[in-house]
Amino acid sequence: MSNNHDGIRDHDHPRDEGRRDFLKQSSLLSAIALTPGAVRRAAENKWDEKIADELGKVPVSLEVNGISYNLKIDPRVTLLDLLREQLHLTGSKKGCDRGQCGACTVHVDGARINSCLSLAVTSEGKKITTIEGLSKGEELHPMQESFIKHDGFQCGYCTSGQIMSAVALVKEGRTQSAEQISEFMSGNICRCGAYSNIVKAIQEVKNQQS
Amino acid sequence: MNPFVYTRPTDTGAAIKSLSRGNQAFFLAGGTNLVDMMKMGIVVPEKIVDINRLPLKNIEPLSGGLRLGALATNTEVADHPEVLKGYPLLSLAINAGASPQLRNMATVGGNLLQRTRCPYFFDLTMPCNKRAPGSGCGALAGFNRMHALFGASDKCIAVNPSDMSVALAALDAVVRVKGAGGERAIKFEDFHRLPGDQPQLDNTLVTGELITSVDLPAAAFTRHVHYLKVRDRSSYAFALVSVAVALDMDKDNSIKDVRLAMGGVAHKPWRMRASEDFLKGRSATEDNFRQAAQIAMQGAKAYQYNQFKLKLAPNTILQALRTASAQA
Repeated sequence: MSNNHDGIRDHDHPRDEGRRDFLKQSSLLSAIALTPGAVRRAAENKWDEKIADELGKVPVSLEVNGISYNLKIDPRVTLLDLLREQLHLTGSKKGCDRGQCGACTVHVDGARINSCLSLAVTSEGKKITTIEGLSKGEELHPMQESFIKHDGFQCGYCTSGQIMSAVALVKEGRTQSAEQISEFMSGNICRCGAYSNIVKAIQEVKNQQS
Repeated sequence: MNPFVYTRPTDTGAAIKSLSRGNQAFFLAGGTNLVDMMKMGIVVPEKIVDINRLPLKNIEPLSGGLRLGALATNTEVADHPEVLKGYPLLSLAINAGASPQLRNMATVGGNLLQRTRCPYFFDLTMPCNKRAPGSGCGALAGFNRMHALFGASDKCIAVNPSDMSVALAALDAVVRVKGAGGERAIKFEDFHRLPGDQPQLDNTLVTGELITSVDLPAAAFTRHVHYLKVRDRSSYAFALVSVAVALDMDKDNSIKDVRLAMGGVAHKPWRMRASEDFLKGRSATEDNFRQAAQIAMQGAKAYQYNQFKLKLAPNTILQALRTASAQA
């Protein structure tokens, strides 16, 4: 871990280079153990990523928060990892990474989904909105304002997913009662138990709109 | 996750060909189950055939019924005006499953193919005949609280986790599939299978076959329906027991036709034919409902930790019948 040894992230180098080098080397070692000949030579010469680039990556065009991207991505990459690791939109959180907690909730063509269970290649041609795309510059989305006002969070880890889900919920019209809000917010787990304040925050936004 | 070849065909024939040619090749639709299993290493595809570009998304009227395209999402089906009007039981069952986010991704075809949630199936360090045929069944003498009451074998006591499929079994849906050998229609009750000696097979599809639609017969149960799902928390959990009820009742309270199916109790959605036969022509009374629930439990076999289901299941049937018959 030659870089970032002081533990402070440098904004000019947002990636943790030391960790990546280590991962690269360890994947090289396992590749060498498994493969003879040409691939070993490629690995020794650090060609593995270039070969993977040519062979395995898939071109994907998509729009995230109004910005168009033309990318070539490994088909194993989930939408969540694409957003966080490659586009550096770290507002969407990785909680369970198995579609059970909702921390990774984003909108794809207006519908809320779990980005951790969506392979990014399947988002070809789609419009994605993340928590970073909700506000207009400095002006927060009414749901963000309402979560702050009603204290709809404690540690905050689930909050971006809760807010993305809540914005979709209001659009879906599933806000007829506190019970209905709870039922249709059930895909977002809050370990701190801020549920009652989350329901209040959603109700206020719904009342503002009606 | 291991590397795989990714293809994205735009016509059905090419998708089927692409799948039949690949060893360990899988169709990818919503991905809510497959991507999860790929991350866990339970399935290790060499090839992924992304079928999301195939023209199988429509929900359209069929002569005397409704066709649900295999790629229609759970949300699109549950919210569709024709489903709400003609098949409210299906809408109730879908909305009882998963979360809104997952229902926005999960498809009709994928829902039919979701694998069991048996913890031994998901734990690579444990034996499981479904995941690794011949390795044994960890649940048989293990923690089997969620497991089957009906139709299990000494090879597998896992249950099918789908809610949607319970309603589709009750509604006599038909699964349309296409393969290298052409098209065929499978009665819903014949689509999923019991574990027997081959628990690795959840259904009767042959390799390379693609579900193209699920067809519903003419709407017959539009009013007296209910889907009651009992689970460990009030939402977003798999069923301990679930019951789908559809009643067609005369004004004099007699039952002209009835459909009953149970979830969470077998390797497939469990149709309760004997109880249906008992109720047909009888009055919708508490006593008849109790007898129907008892009849449904004939042949039930519990294991160490799911004994409670022997009581829970008939109570759930009874309560679902009460609610369905009382619908205004």
